Amino acid sequence: MTAYLIQGARLYGEERADLLLTDGRIAATGSEAADAAPVGTVRIDADGLVALPGLVDLHTHLREPGREDAETVASGTRAAAAGGFTCVHAMANTTPTADTAGVVEQVWRLGQDAGWAEVRPIGAVTVGRAGTQLAELGAMADSAAAVRVFSDDGDCVHDPVLMRRALEYVKAFDGVVAQHAQEPRLTEGALMHEGVVSAELGLTGWPAVAEEAIIARDVLLAEHVGSRVHICHVSTAGSVEIIRWAKQRGIQVTAEVTPHHLVLTDEQVRGYDPQFKVNPPLRTAEDVAALRAALADGTIDIVATDHAPHPREAKDCEFAAAAMGMTGLETAVGVVAAAMIAPGEHAFTWADVARTLSTVPARIGRVPHQGRPLAPGEPAHVTLIDPERSWRVHPEDLHTASENTPFTDRELPAQVVATFFRGVATVLDGDVRNDREGAPA
Amino acid sequence: MNSGAQPTVVLSGDDIHRALTRIAHEILERNKGAADVLLLGIPTRGVPLAARLGTRILAAEGRPDSDLDQLVGTIDVTMYRDDLRRNPTRALEPTRIPASGLQEKVVVLVDDVLYSGRTVRAALDAVSEIGRPRAVQLAVLVDRGHRELPIRADFIGKNLPTSREERVSVQLTELDGTDAVVLS
Amino acid sequence: MRHLLSAADLSRAEAIEILDTAATMAATQSREIKKLPALRGRAVVNLFFEDSTRTRISFEAAAKRLSADVINFSAKGSSVSKGESLKDTAQTLQAMGADAVVIRHDASGAPQRLATSGWIDAPVINAGDGKHQHPTQALLDAYTIRRHLVADRTGAGLDGLRVAVVGDVLHSRVARSNVDLLHTLGAEVTLVAPPTLVPVGVETWPCQVCYDLDATLDEHTPDAVMMLRVQRERMSAAGGGFFPSAAEYSRRYGLDAARLSRLAEHTIVMHPGPMNRGLEISAQAADSPRSTVVEQVANGVAVRMAVLYLLLAGTDEGTHP
Repeated sequence: MTAYLIQGARLYGEERADLLLTDGRIAATGSEAADAAPVGTVRIDADGLVALPGLVDLHTHLREPGREDAETVASGTRAAAAGGFTCVHAMANTTPTADTAGVVEQVWRLGQDAGWAEVRPIGAVTVGRAGTQLAELGAMADSAAAVRVFSDDGDCVHDPVLMRRALEYVKAFDGVVAQHAQEPRLTEGALMHEGVVSAELGLTGWPAVAEEAIIARDVLLAEHVGSRVHICHVSTAGSVEIIRWAKQRGIQVTAEVTPHHLVLTDEQVRGYDPQFKVNPPLRTAEDVAALRAALADGTIDIVATDHAPHPREAKDCEFAAAAMGMTGLETAVGVVAAAMIAPGEHAFTWADVARTLSTVPARIGRVPHQGRPLAPGEPAHVTLIDPERSWRVHPEDLHTASENTPFTDRELPAQVVATFFRGVATVLDGDVRNDREGAPA
Repeated sequence: MNSGAQPTVVLSGDDIHRALTRIAHEILERNKGAADVLLLGIPTRGVPLAARLGTRILAAEGRPDSDLDQLVGTIDVTMYRDDLRRNPTRALEPTRIPASGLQEKVVVLVDDVLYSGRTVRAALDAVSEIGRPRAVQLAVLVDRGHRELPIRADFIGKNLPTSREERVSVQLTELDGTDAVVLS
Repeated sequence: MRHLLSAADLSRAEAIEILDTAATMAATQSREIKKLPALRGRAVVNLFFEDSTRTRISFEAAAKRLSADVINFSAKGSSVSKGESLKDTAQTLQAMGADAVVIRHDASGAPQRLATSGWIDAPVINAGDGKHQHPTQALLDAYTIRRHLVADRTGAGLDGLRVAVVGDVLHSRVARSNVDLLHTLGAEVTLVAPPTLVPVGVETWPCQVCYDLDATLDEHTPDAVMMLRVQRERMSAAGGGFFPSAAEYSRRYGLDAARLSRLAEHTIVMHPGPMNRGLEISAQAADSPRSTVVEQVANGVAVRMAVLYLLLAGTDEGTHP
């Protein structure tokens, strides 16, 4: 297979070095790389580019099986590659639900066949995500998909006994429950963050306490049974406080924040544009500031996209009728750069991007060959980012099968230039490569 | 006569005064007194003109202290205009009809300038929806020609031949601080 | 003013222009021939996704008295219930040559979507959207207050007048619209409701909030008391459990005979209808000479005539000469 010599990239945004990729591995780095390059090596001038380990998303909706009109495993992982990702965790809220070994293996295999990125299926915690009976978590863990993350995402595992059992049960195979923290009774009919803007717009509110109450309960449950728990898409300042307290107490809690919750607020909803309808909802500027600070200081461990594609008609309607969610794979790097690096408030670096978008999500998901260091012998999952190339988001230019980005016409400060997955360039010079080596016919 | 560039005063304050006095007498003569007459001013400048005519009529009839509001009203024609859709929405002016109503009265419509005749046509529609007068007559301070409808005035202050490019501007003390008719 | 979507969008001058125009319209309605030709040949569509016979016939009467053609389009359920989408409905109306769309919808913001999504070119008039806004109701309320409590009306606002709005503020588009408009016109508004029926986030609204009706009547001495409709189903657990019982609501927040008797001589009692007699308003209050409930209905037609006239009579280039 083609060997690549990446010349002069700044590893983790720090010192310049060469990287030699051969046979799916990082063969050499630094001064030895050029010497070790075999005949026919493709040289890539990476002067000024940042090299990071391939990005890992812990929260992706690929929609297949069931809603192939919105996204497929192939189209979603292609979008992932375009966004610099080499691994995505496919959420379980498909039709049928990913609550059996059969469904998770199917999704995993579709990922293998597409070859754009590693697909790690997430298994549902309960049968049909109905919140009443545990799904066969062990069978999913033992399947070819080797599921380690379980979530009823879209719905909260709100029954405290069931949540306790799930937390306990997954310890047998080092799994983790990723909780969608939303108290259901407090959020009946909820359309947006409950506060000043919802009062004015007359849209039913989704109070912060509905998230915080579940997180408080679940960290205490995790402590009680000695399990780890992961909190999906943390959106409020209060949640940050609770997680910070739990970590200080030694509770094994990890948490994610989405790119959109790092930049957008409920003010965006004023025009009733359903592109800004998402769950959990966009919160206030104070929440955004707290989330940024928490991501910088490690209280929030990772960024996860919650990439949620929807067909056009699901957003081309009145706000109340619209589907919740936004796409995010292809804008994640740019939005994180805009929120965390560009403002310069939190001394957030590209090394922190590697930590929060690759190393730690791989560790939480127990993905063995992802999020590894850029070092000789490691798998050749590499993302090259131009930190100075700003670009404007146009939905029609994105590779996801859906158009529901909230960032239309927004200028983002950094762009993914190349992605290498198992040593194969899935993206090169900013173009996704349908004709790459090993691509399905 | 007028090139259009230089504004010319074609009626002075005194001219207007005399014209209105003459029209008041013509109305009385034509209608054999003012017993059945109602004067309806068309906003904007027809309103003060109607009031002035009313005052003169009451004086001429020797009853200057009678209630002017019984003789003079206003009729807004905005909603009856045929060019409503071709212009930005106009604010409505009040319509006030004397308590006697229009039934079997002689209504004298009063306006400042008679030009295309379209305002008068709108006024005739407005009148007919409020009541059925015995007759409708028209008094104008200036008739500048260029009619687009078969309408003529019964009482005219001054016939003023103009070109379509010219502008006739009537200024009245009540609204403009001075009395004059200016051609420009 | 291209659309009328929210009372909050109206400047003081625009609001007063509508009230003054409504007064002119009202004056024509005592004539034998009530019909005016201003909108002859124009098609006004009443697009109602929510049952509201009162509001619909009020708009219908207003449009017809201005000689517009009226098309009533009752959509039983929106895309929520998988019927035709709002977008398709809008484009259908556009194709039929609608010159204005009067929309009532149970989804907050639906009129704004209709007006700004590019689905349709016609002016959009919000006839009530979810819990958001009902601007013509606020205008007719302001008109009614001005008629009763302002001496030299033409061109005037409601400066210094005190208005108490009592009841289910949380679910009320009438309350939201009135707070915005009455404030714009210079009135001081106090919202009175049990705390469960006041929205979180109300603190930025330009009004006072009080949980005690008696205190408001005694200390605030309102010039107008506006009672809001309270739906009985809101007290059940399924309905949200906002108050314990109708009897308790009525005792604490109802305008009963005793409270009625404590109002100042000039104070008027208002209600947007339909009333729940015995719940938020007693029969004594509803039928008292100070009640403007029936007059509000008549004023509603005049105000809607004014809105239709100002939005539709001229060209798109503007509404002010």
